[in-house]
Amino acid sequence: MDILIVLENKSGSIHRMSLEALAAGQKLASELNLSLSILAMGKNGGDLANDVSNFKADEILLLENPILDNYSSDGYSFAFTSILGQEKPKYLFMGHTYMVRDFLPRVSAKLQIPFISDVIQFNVDNDAPVFTKQVFNAKLAADIVSNSHGTTLVSFQSAAYQSDQVESGSAEIRTISIDMDASVIKTQSEEPFKEEAGGIDLTNAEIIVSIGRGIGKEENLSIVNTLVDALGAELGSSRPIVDSGWLEPSRQIGSSGQNVAPKMYLALGISGAIQHVVGMKGSKNIVAVNKDPEAPIFEIADYGIVGDILEIIPKLSEAIQAAKN
Amino acid sequence: MKIGVLIKQVPGGDSPLRVSSDHSWIDETSVNFETNESDSYALEEGLQLREKKGEGEVVVISMGPDGRTQKIIKEALSKGANRCIHIVEDNARETDPLQTAIIFAKALKNERFDLILSGLQSLDLGMGQTGVILGELLGMSIATLVMATELTNESIRVKRELESGWFQWVTLPLPACLSIQSGLNQPRYPSLKGIMGAKKKEIKPLSKSELFDGNEHQSITRVYSIQKAKQTEMISGDVNQQISRLVDVMKTEIKVL
Repeated sequence: MDILIVLENKSGSIHRMSLEALAAGQKLASELNLSLSILAMGKNGGDLANDVSNFKADEILLLENPILDNYSSDGYSFAFTSILGQEKPKYLFMGHTYMVRDFLPRVSAKLQIPFISDVIQFNVDNDAPVFTKQVFNAKLAADIVSNSHGTTLVSFQSAAYQSDQVESGSAEIRTISIDMDASVIKTQSEEPFKEEAGGIDLTNAEIIVSIGRGIGKEENLSIVNTLVDALGAELGSSRPIVDSGWLEPSRQIGSSGQNVAPKMYLALGISGAIQHVVGMKGSKNIVAVNKDPEAPIFEIADYGIVGDILEIIPKLSEAIQAAKN
Repeated sequence: MKIGVLIKQVPGGDSPLRVSSDHSWIDETSVNFETNESDSYALEEGLQLREKKGEGEVVVISMGPDGRTQKIIKEALSKGANRCIHIVEDNARETDPLQTAIIFAKALKNERFDLILSGLQSLDLGMGQTGVILGELLGMSIATLVMATELTNESIRVKRELESGWFQWVTLPLPACLSIQSGLNQPRYPSLKGIMGAKKKEIKPLSKSELFDGNEHQSITRVYSIQKAKQTEMISGDVNQQISRLVDVMKTEIKVL
């Protein structure tokens, strides 16, 4: 086995970033003529395996073990160590999710193999991939190579590759098993919870209107809500708005909030600090309005307007209403 | 209660960042180093846990060249850490978190900490792994992205941040190794008394070269500036013209209207 993609099981469905890792894996497989396998595991892993059976892969592995039905760092780090020992892939690709950040470094430690994390792309050089990662708060980039004689672990930043670029094909399912019992899990995990009722999932939104410090004061939120309704969008924000208590924490986008990739991201009065940008730069289209022409948000915007959002928002709402009618 | 806290020196937010002429790292001359942000929260959490417990010690551990490492170590001692272990190296190029953690594990194995705290990730390389790998190498129980802690005698209950606004409480047997998310507490400032007292505290130097096994599992081949990938259309004109063009873009190019 050359490349192994593991599907992250998000309450019985495939995490979006796992498909992005699959797109990356398929690209490396075709460039270096390597074999590619996809592993499904966790609760209802069989459903996940079926969901990817129409994708291009050499085989699909299915691991069903009740100890792995619910995620635990102890269980997953033990299981992955066993799986890599059995299957011996050259590369393991996953999304750089909170779960992967939690357990995959432990696999690196147990097997003494490198984990190149939060990768934004790779290029093939001398028949080996060179991985690129942002460093120094995303101000610079670094190319990184693995010196591993065994597996190299790699996690990809959100939207590094596109899930809609996954190639179709077909593959058979092979069931695998590992020898483990529940005593490997030393920790006790309670039920996951949201901080408050009404928490909202922005990750599947088509359009997000997002506000930052430029909104000035809480009273100005009403004009934003009108725009949100006009566009049929979801409302998001940068951290300062949530810290001020003007919006609930679940509206926050960025490294400490949600990670989104809508069809259109309308950033209003957001300067574009890196902590915010990592959570939205995968958006298909970024429109930024800011009064500061030097704001870093314009570096990643597809369309930019330098102007006063308090003047622009109401007029934009009217114009959108008119265009829809 | 014996608590170890890993702290790292990283370039301050307003420091100039220039790629070194050989593209191997950054040019560190005139860079102002300070404590990595999430490491400051880890230190504060360690100090608060010691205070709540009413006994014990907080030991800070840092690896790096003399001057800049001494600066952040002294700050940590001034804030109330009891002593410090400084793994001294001339040339700081930690590009391999596994190698870094192996060095730390060798340096710390006889300390037998009840708790080791580290920041979630460094602002320079940002791998987010060293603390977790260290916990594994030392056979401790491990949790990451910790947003709150509750200490009992034999265990520690921590609130972990999951994705999309979800959280989870996890109880870990001691000894435990935790990676700390920024924002879980209010890091203190050194007091005058703390600054005076810090001068008498122990700083134990260890040599990196004596701890390093020679294995680099991953290597940086080149550091460079990121080229702007996108062409941005700046929409000009008066407000009405800008809005008219923007609505047109939404309709015909982005196709959301």
